[in-house]
Amino acid sequence: MHPLVLQYDGDSEEKISKIMTEEIIIAGFGGQGVLSMGKILAYSAIMQDQEVSWMPSYGPEMRGGTANVTVILSSERISSPIINTFDTAIILNQQSLDKFENSVKPGGVLIYDGNGISRHPERRDINIYRIDAASEAAKLGSAKAVNMIVLGGYLKVKPLVELQNVVKGLAESLPQRHHSLIPMNEKAIKRGMEIVNTVHEVG
Amino acid sequence: MAENLKTENIISTRNLVYKKSSILTDNVMHYCPGCGHGTAHRLIAEVIEEMDIQAETIGITPVGCAVLMYNYLDIDMQEAAHGRAPALATAVKRLMPDKYVFTYQGDGDLAAIGTAETIHACNRGEDFTIFFINNGIYGMTGGQMAPTTIPNMKSSTSPYGRDVEMMGNPLKITELVAQLPGTYYVTRQAVHTAGAVRRAKKAIRKAFENQSLKKGLSLVEIVSNCNSGWKMEPVEANRWMEENMFQYYPPGDIKVDGKILST
Amino acid sequence: MKELKLMKGNEAIAEAAIRAGADAYFGYPITPQSEVLEYLMAERPHERTGMIVLQAESEIAAINMVYGGAACGRKVMTSSSSPGISLKQEGLSYIAGSELPCLVVNVVRGGPGLGTIQPAQSDYFQAVKGGGHGDYRLIVLAPASVQEMADFVDLGFELAFRYRNPAMILTDGALGQMMEKVWLKEPKPRMTEYPEWATTGKTPDRERNIITSLELDSGRQEKFNLKLQAKYREMEEKEVRYETIECEDAEYLLVAYGTSARICQKSVQVARENGIKVGLLRPMTLFPFPKKILREMAPKLKGILSVEMSTGQMVEDVMLAVNGLVEVEHYGRMGGIIPAPDEIVSVLEEKFIKQNYYG
Repeated sequence: MHPLVLQYDGDSEEKISKIMTEEIIIAGFGGQGVLSMGKILAYSAIMQDQEVSWMPSYGPEMRGGTANVTVILSSERISSPIINTFDTAIILNQQSLDKFENSVKPGGVLIYDGNGISRHPERRDINIYRIDAASEAAKLGSAKAVNMIVLGGYLKVKPLVELQNVVKGLAESLPQRHHSLIPMNEKAIKRGMEIVNTVHEVG
Repeated sequence: MAENLKTENIISTRNLVYKKSSILTDNVMHYCPGCGHGTAHRLIAEVIEEMDIQAETIGITPVGCAVLMYNYLDIDMQEAAHGRAPALATAVKRLMPDKYVFTYQGDGDLAAIGTAETIHACNRGEDFTIFFINNGIYGMTGGQMAPTTIPNMKSSTSPYGRDVEMMGNPLKITELVAQLPGTYYVTRQAVHTAGAVRRAKKAIRKAFENQSLKKGLSLVEIVSNCNSGWKMEPVEANRWMEENMFQYYPPGDIKVDGKILST
Repeated sequence: MKELKLMKGNEAIAEAAIRAGADAYFGYPITPQSEVLEYLMAERPHERTGMIVLQAESEIAAINMVYGGAACGRKVMTSSSSPGISLKQEGLSYIAGSELPCLVVNVVRGGPGLGTIQPAQSDYFQAVKGGGHGDYRLIVLAPASVQEMADFVDLGFELAFRYRNPAMILTDGALGQMMEKVWLKEPKPRMTEYPEWATTGKTPDRERNIITSLELDSGRQEKFNLKLQAKYREMEEKEVRYETIECEDAEYLLVAYGTSARICQKSVQVARENGIKVGLLRPMTLFPFPKKILREMAPKLKGILSVEMSTGQMVEDVMLAVNGLVEVEHYGRMGGIIPAPDEIVSVLEEKFIKQNYYG
């Protein structure tokens, strides 16, 4: 039977200093694999015993509209799954860049795909990386690999999750019939790690 | 001689020509004298007794005059919200597919507020039985116009007669559900004469027996009088029913063994 | 087998239902909870456990299928979102009036009317005060995580059967749509024996069972109403569930459930970083409501802020509980807007601290 009373008195100072929490927004067009990138990342973190939350914007748009998802990875119980500032923003289109550039915490990370971007990030108090995933995916002959290339770029910048756990996460999040696609996804992630470029880093 | 006239000698099995079904309780029915509900209840009770399915039968009562049917039948029963009996029966039958499940509904319950539940249960081909008592009026609430009130018929909410221009047409829901692939047996009966009662009982039995075939829903409409609501003497009401209701709702089978009979 | 999964709240409810040994689910699609029915249909629970899943023609039909199934003593459930739950109120009133157990999930969206498909908590009154006609209550559970979405399915069924009363999981679009890690319980087998009141066919060894909410005799109906009230008082004695978060030394208290409670948990952190001693009381049962603990805490507090995604509904129960012992204020966002953690801290400061400073 579920207990009648739960009591949580917060964590000790010492424990708080060791807490790892990464708050991420991933945003782009519907159909770019924004939500599934978040899901794979969340699953990967579970594989290394972390707490996760994945909170999508949901609405009538299926494809073509904007889609975003907030993913939180933490070594501790996650409080709010909905937040308005982020450690990392992963941005796949102009609208999302305009919307979320200012939501990155000072000293945080912004990774964006330069494809179709006319106004590039302007902030100087955050770390900015560019990954041209869409054009790379076209070279790889798989437009669907965009999100995995971007994920690779993110993991290169913030190696919070080990690649082997990402592969496990892929296996968990993909239905059995798509497991043949895992090696291709792994390749795309590795490619992303190689092609991510530093635009600007804070001292 | 005097010995033979003792009560126990007269009331003996040897002399028995008719007996109340064991499925009927001893509760006094609340129906108006001359109403068809009592006869319809008796026929259902007799069929349950004759098929020996008391332990296998679950009945669902409507909102309307038959709301208290559970006081009269000695079987497990559920009392539904107005019009929703086919939804309850759907769940009961799906959870216990080997039981005999029936709903007993009036015209307001089945053909007005419960139209969606009726049509969808019929269309899904749920394997239960609907008994539909059509007396063309809301009896329980005091004689208001029903979906089956025939043109020009008077009721408390059509005091000058049903004006179809203003109030719409009566709904022949039985003919309507017969068109649906999910119904297996659809018939219209009456219980106002000895012959009609015999035919109605046969139809009720067939509707119950069909449940074990699992080929879809059986619906038995019973056109009945509501002498109180119609403001007539019982005999007059039955005559009026034959002359007017039967014009619009002719008794007889409409669909048998999944096939619509040509008219 | 116990299993660790990443799931949406809606999916967790569906999977938990199969594992709780539910006999049937009857539903109708509505955003933001359609995943419950979709997941169940995809999972083929009939092959896994024999559980029946049926898409009804309307929310009304679905709740009445629940009524019929519950009357057979089965573990049956439905789910919907606000406009659909409104349609189910008649059925819920009959189910409560017939003293039947069942589980209803409301994944709340903003209203009134068709409103928005975005999350809200504006169905609180409807859920905890009865909702349909007549004097009755639902057991109302308010999960605040995907884990609790799953756990409360089993808990809901358990309480529903213990009290022969409908139980509701009152959640919202955010919890329904978000994914979190969830430990799924070992599957329970479906029941093979049913309560003695169930309409399963009258056997010679017992009287017939009648499931009805009709009682034409006023004296008997009043007696029945009193019986229901006694049942609700017993729930208030035994079934209140809540969580306290950093309440030990708290001077100010946030009261919030579900999604709001998650936000407020972060607000507690933010406030404490700013040196304000704030705690959070998170009701896990909204009926019965944690009145007693609130009354106990009240004298030690300088203010209570009830935070809801509504114009202020639960705040009334908070006020009734503390009965004037401490000042109670409400903060809410509507229309599918979820308040931000720091926004709540600002409101708390605005309503209590600044006022005290100048006062």
